[in-house]
Amino acid sequence: MMQKPVNQRAWLLVLPVLALVAFSSVIPMMTVVNYSFQDSFGGNDFFWVGLEWYRELLQSERLWDALGRQLLFSAIILLIEIPLGILVALAMPKRGWLASLCLVLMALPLLIPYNVVGTIWQVFGRSDIGLLGRLVTDLGISYNYAQNAVDAWVTVIAMDVWHWTSLVALLSYAGLRSIPDAYYQAAKIDQASRWSVFRYIELPKMRGVLIIAILLRFMDSFMIYTEPFVLTGGGPGNATTFLSIDLVKMALGQFDLGPAAAFSLMYFLVILLISYVFYTVMITMDKDETKA
Amino acid sequence: MSALNQSAIRLPKVRLSALVMIAYLLFLLVPIYWLVIMSFKSNSEILNAFTLWPEDFTLDNYRIILTDASWYMGYVNSFIYVSLNTVISLAVALPAAYAFSRYRFYGDNHLFFWLLTNRMAPPAVFALPFFQLYSSVNLFDTHIAVALAHCLFNVPLAVWILEGFMRGVPREIDETAFIDGYGFTRFFTRIFVPMIAPGIGVTAFFCFMFSWVELLLSRTLTSVDAKPITAIMTRTVSASGLDWGVLAAAGVLTIIPGAIVIYFVRSYIAKGFALGRV
Repeated sequence: MMQKPVNQRAWLLVLPVLALVAFSSVIPMMTVVNYSFQDSFGGNDFFWVGLEWYRELLQSERLWDALGRQLLFSAIILLIEIPLGILVALAMPKRGWLASLCLVLMALPLLIPYNVVGTIWQVFGRSDIGLLGRLVTDLGISYNYAQNAVDAWVTVIAMDVWHWTSLVALLSYAGLRSIPDAYYQAAKIDQASRWSVFRYIELPKMRGVLIIAILLRFMDSFMIYTEPFVLTGGGPGNATTFLSIDLVKMALGQFDLGPAAAFSLMYFLVILLISYVFYTVMITMDKDETKA
Repeated sequence: MSALNQSAIRLPKVRLSALVMIAYLLFLLVPIYWLVIMSFKSNSEILNAFTLWPEDFTLDNYRIILTDASWYMGYVNSFIYVSLNTVISLAVALPAAYAFSRYRFYGDNHLFFWLLTNRMAPPAVFALPFFQLYSSVNLFDTHIAVALAHCLFNVPLAVWILEGFMRGVPREIDETAFIDGYGFTRFFTRIFVPMIAPGIGVTAFFCFMFSWVELLLSRTLTSVDAKPITAIMTRTVSASGLDWGVLAAAGVLTIIPGAIVIYFVRSYIAKGFALGRV
């Protein structure tokens, strides 16, 4: 791999992206920053309140509760989806029409609009008309995701696992496909156990794609909105009110511009911080690979 | 002897992976099955009888959607802004991805990360400012507004995927073409773009996908003229008299375009999901 040449004119090629993203991200972001330091009394009367909103938010239980629920949710779904995705990738047929069929079927949930995902689980989980809800109720287990917080969590998590595990599986599958057969033959000669083949050949080779998977799943689960909004509406009570649901309630429901803007910025910063760590690890590993 | 031994060891393993696969696919398909058969039932059957197969099979739910403009225009609107978004995203991302994959320039790494941060921005953060921004430039409730808003996450993603694919093309090809007297524009459109056609296909697939499935921004930025099907569906959910059959049919109709698109890119899906980095 040769070093890339330095060429400042490359900036010209990046300019359109820069202009577009500046329009659709920098300008709105500036509005948000602006609002976060001001208060408004109806209409367009704004006055400076400094860090008031931030202080208020940091002391509000509402934000901390939502953040706690969000972190718990992201942690649970990462713990389920990553191992399950790897397991499914290992179980997938390696080639032929069966492999194609599995790929297409697995990718299906990924292309369903988020609100339809919510609808699917709504009509699947409801105890009056849903297959799952009806069967579980018939087994004598009381289950109602609209009334019971635990049931709501179980359903939202099952929904997310249903929706996104395929992404992890497809990524891992792509990683597995890139392992040359010679590695497996060498392992066979060494009479390596199934576990050591996984631990010392497959897992290291999947490292790169797994980091992408964790990064994507973390980011997307951390800003999940539509699916739980359609399924539970954030309830029962506030049981499934995650950060985005809370924020939209605040910004578009109550039109509390100042607090919502401060909320937005802190929310964004948390995601940014965690993602930056992932990203740094990722490019460091990219570099290691090109060296090797 | 050794062959026998091997098959004795292998047999249970193959069975186990088949079991895992079948169980997983069942888990994926059963909820979809329930939605699909619900779309062929009448409302009274949905609410009063618990049947695994529609007793009196009806296409009424689909007829309602396909003959009512306030329903089917939702699909048309979605298609318009999704296509616009895909075209815009590809058009700006192609040159940028080329720059990132071929050259080093002042601030390139920072710029790349900054682009990615937009993929990490929660749409909920942008809903309100977008509403105000597009209202102030008189673009509220237009397809182009939604298309531009979705560029927020699709352009960074497109740059990321395309950069991965372009990295796989040896730089010697560029250099040979330049020595042969090709100008940059001609080289890029005639030689380079055809070479990474699969990558462009995968990128288009992802832009289509993420724009198609998004609800929050498209709902916030539209009211009547450009209202997407996803927003129309949530409106029905909040109405008091809920028509489950029609809702299910509308849901099924939103799955079909995705299923068709997947079929065409099936051999590249895995690599695409790995953002071209395998």
